[in-house]
Amino acid sequence: MAIYHDPSKPKHVADRVEIKTKVKDGASAEVPTTHDVTTTTPKEICGIGHRMKRKEDPRFIQGKGRYVDDFKLPGMLYMDIVRSPYAHAKILEIDASEALAMDGVLAVITGKDLEAHGLHWMPTLMSDTQMVLPTDKVVYYAQEVCAVIATDRYTAADAIEAVYVDYEPLKPVVSPFDALKDEVIVRDDKEIRTNRIWHWEVGDEAATDAIFDSATTVIKETMYIPRIHVSSIETCGMVANYNPATEKMQIYMTTQAPHAVRTVFALVTGLPEQKIQIISPDIGGGFGGKVPVYPGYVIGAVASLLIGKPVKWIEDRSENLQADSFARDYHLEAEMAADENGKIVGLRVNGLADHGCADSAANPSKFPAGLFSICTGSYDMKAAHVNFDAVYTNKPPGGVAYRCSFRVTEAVHMVERLTSMMAHELGVDPAAYRMNNFIKPEQFPYESPTGWEYDSGNYHAALEKAMEMIDYDGLRKEQLEKRERGELMGIGISSFTEVVGAGPAKDYDILGIKMFDSAEIRVHPTGKAIARFGTKSQGQGHETTYAQIIAEVLGIPALDIDIEEGDTDTAPYGLGTYASRSTPTAGAAAAMAARKIKAKARKIAAHLLEAHEDDLEWNVSQWQVKGSPDKAKTIQEIAFAAYTDHPDDLQAGLEATDYYNPPNLTFPFGSYICVVDIDKGTGEIHIRRFVAIDDCGNIINPLVVEGQVHGGLTMGLAPAMYEEIVYDENGQCLTGTLADYLVPTAVESPKWETGHTITPSPHHPIGAKGVGESPTVGAPPAIANAVVDAMWHLGVRHIDIPITPEKVWQALRDAGVTE
Amino acid sequence: MSQHNVSININGTEHSHDVDARLLLVHYIRENCDLTGTHIGCDSTSCGACTVIVDGRAIKSCTMFAVQASGKEVETIEGVADGGLHPIQEGFWEMHGLQCGYCTPGMIMCAKTLLEKNPDPTEEEIRWGISGNLCRCTGYNKIVEAIQYAAEKINQPEAASA
Repeated sequence: MAIYHDPSKPKHVADRVEIKTKVKDGASAEVPTTHDVTTTTPKEICGIGHRMKRKEDPRFIQGKGRYVDDFKLPGMLYMDIVRSPYAHAKILEIDASEALAMDGVLAVITGKDLEAHGLHWMPTLMSDTQMVLPTDKVVYYAQEVCAVIATDRYTAADAIEAVYVDYEPLKPVVSPFDALKDEVIVRDDKEIRTNRIWHWEVGDEAATDAIFDSATTVIKETMYIPRIHVSSIETCGMVANYNPATEKMQIYMTTQAPHAVRTVFALVTGLPEQKIQIISPDIGGGFGGKVPVYPGYVIGAVASLLIGKPVKWIEDRSENLQADSFARDYHLEAEMAADENGKIVGLRVNGLADHGCADSAANPSKFPAGLFSICTGSYDMKAAHVNFDAVYTNKPPGGVAYRCSFRVTEAVHMVERLTSMMAHELGVDPAAYRMNNFIKPEQFPYESPTGWEYDSGNYHAALEKAMEMIDYDGLRKEQLEKRERGELMGIGISSFTEVVGAGPAKDYDILGIKMFDSAEIRVHPTGKAIARFGTKSQGQGHETTYAQIIAEVLGIPALDIDIEEGDTDTAPYGLGTYASRSTPTAGAAAAMAARKIKAKARKIAAHLLEAHEDDLEWNVSQWQVKGSPDKAKTIQEIAFAAYTDHPDDLQAGLEATDYYNPPNLTFPFGSYICVVDIDKGTGEIHIRRFVAIDDCGNIINPLVVEGQVHGGLTMGLAPAMYEEIVYDENGQCLTGTLADYLVPTAVESPKWETGHTITPSPHHPIGAKGVGESPTVGAPPAIANAVVDAMWHLGVRHIDIPITPEKVWQALRDAGVTE
Repeated sequence: MSQHNVSININGTEHSHDVDARLLLVHYIRENCDLTGTHIGCDSTSCGACTVIVDGRAIKSCTMFAVQASGKEVETIEGVADGGLHPIQEGFWEMHGLQCGYCTPGMIMCAKTLLEKNPDPTEEEIRWGISGNLCRCTGYNKIVEAIQYAAEKINQPEAASA
């Protein structure tokens, strides 16, 4: 397995990746769209479609959740980290003598100490390398420099102030455009002196150029999708507990992907994998920020290993905002072409990705720019070409998702902004323009110009529903009236297509580990069950929705099925929860494993009923003789028999495991409409209404889906209007607290109005697609389009997110509005 | 570091310890008293995950010293229910007012003082009332609905349970 790429040369991804995947033979091209969630099980069973209250909630509402900082082990020590005050500097000396002389300080761990064990560098998920602790220079502000281990957290915090580090500041490179000049080299550990990390292209360049040459209308815009941070309310942390007697390393940690972490730990440290147990307990929000392995995790584990006692490390908020993986940070130069009828015909994109000091993105390994090539979106066009470079800068490494499937948000923002711009440019209503350019329902499965095969969709139905719900025509009339009075009102649309559920094993892996996911179900003799998964909820509600999937298939009440995730000693191997992949992969595995159990249950039922298997039919929760429903065995009776009276030719027990390899990704979609009123004097934007119609295929639990959509919308609002990680020219982070990094409160967050259409995935066992991230992807362009829609007539074409009152005010002044 | 004896009544139980003057109330609650329902999100009074009630007022316990709470009555999430669930807890469960659950105890404590001061708040009053508490998962709509549910139940206990 290629964990380390050859550090002697930068990783240029020259080979184009073939991403086209075919759905299974027999998948229907015609998938009807419906509007109502239906159920096939009664309320007592709570299978798919029931608005079931969450099973996990009682412990959380009573303060009985167990998060990593809640674990207190006997003899536990505390770790705190000395961080760099410079973005780029040589380390001349680290003097820890004063810290080591303090009562309660046990150790100070430096890069040199880790070097002795070969652990001062670690691999990133993208097969780049990243410093754990530096031996000679730091490459970003707030980088870990050394760590203090003490008997309590206050002493550790005192001791980091008593470590003296002598730095020789170096000139940093902060802008990725400056980085391209290679005047300041961020990574002088590499043999080739360049800041360029990779180059990536997708699509047909020649065909795209030809389309643009013959196009009637071409629009072009530069866009910056700024660096942001997930800022989950729980920061990252761990308790590493090495037991010298058993030689077992038990690590409680905030990770969205515990199994992959275990394997990486084993490969990096050389510890036998069976001696490593990763326990991901309740997690206080993840959103992609808890996918990477941060240096603190490695240092904490090494400290516990060397000292032989448990070591706790919990980041504070400033460390979290300043040093953990960021998201986005894409600079785009995007063009869209339309023919003489105004039809979108092509898309051309040049991108520059700022990865900070290491490519620590959490993408599938063959996809350096993630799934950005979904950028043709919901529109049927002839050709597209994407051309990307990535560079190192003196900033923290990344980038991870921010509640989005790998780089889809950047792509969707671009295409949705361009589509609205094109409509305005052509003088066509943006809704009508979308309707005329959408991929039509009969075109599915649809092959996109960048090689995707969209599984199913009905974009017209979703937009129609959103327009009806918000009274689009009425709003446009109102807008005209207001405009005549000089008032600014805007209506913005976003009709996004997501791509989630990575993924087919042949194309999708992380560090070589294929991106399947797993479920293991055990039905106990009394008919109750436990199921374990390779994913890990961070609030998504898996304990409820997975139970509902199993309840649907087996007829065992969802309340009788316990769901466990996160303990690598007990759960089956899986790649974890991010990129809305849990329902498409582990949710599918749950259905498949349950079907295996149902098939075995049929054999047992046939034995009990003295009937032939073929003469039995399933009815909600029992196998019954066809035409004689009184001759039946319930799943509970069958479960008991599986341990007490099973047929001689069948093994005892009622269990199954499934490692599900999806045949394709899933393509959730939706249409969002946002209405804003803008104060011309202050530039303040008021979101008056926001209607979101999502189509995530079949809905497992409408309550949970609503919650996911609401939360995702607020996390779409956040980068659209408030959040950005900002650095000064020295690479100092200016947004290192929640007083500067503006996470929306209940006051900024609008009253979301949501709805759905249902267009099932033809290849997913229960027709579901995944939903947690769609709204984060779809909301920002709806808001940006609304703001620009309000000001287009004044000559305003584009404003980069976050769209602050200051930017709006400036745009209005630039357009000559002075009142 | 000077040591001080503190006596704090938490959820009706007297706790007494000798503590450093600088010990934060949130650490005292979590580590000296092993009540881990009160969470830490930012250490700087921004997020509200550590909200507890001190002598009837919602306080962010990451910016109060334990010694400042000596002699006072503190209520945490572990003490809100008087057998079963408090109507606010029930509201959060019924209306899906939580996802990861990390901000939830602080939200509930904040909502409790909000409803004690203003038993029948408007939606806007609820939004302003919880604006010192950040939630990253829910988008707040369902938290507002959870508090509305609780207000209704507290004001008309029979009607809400019927």
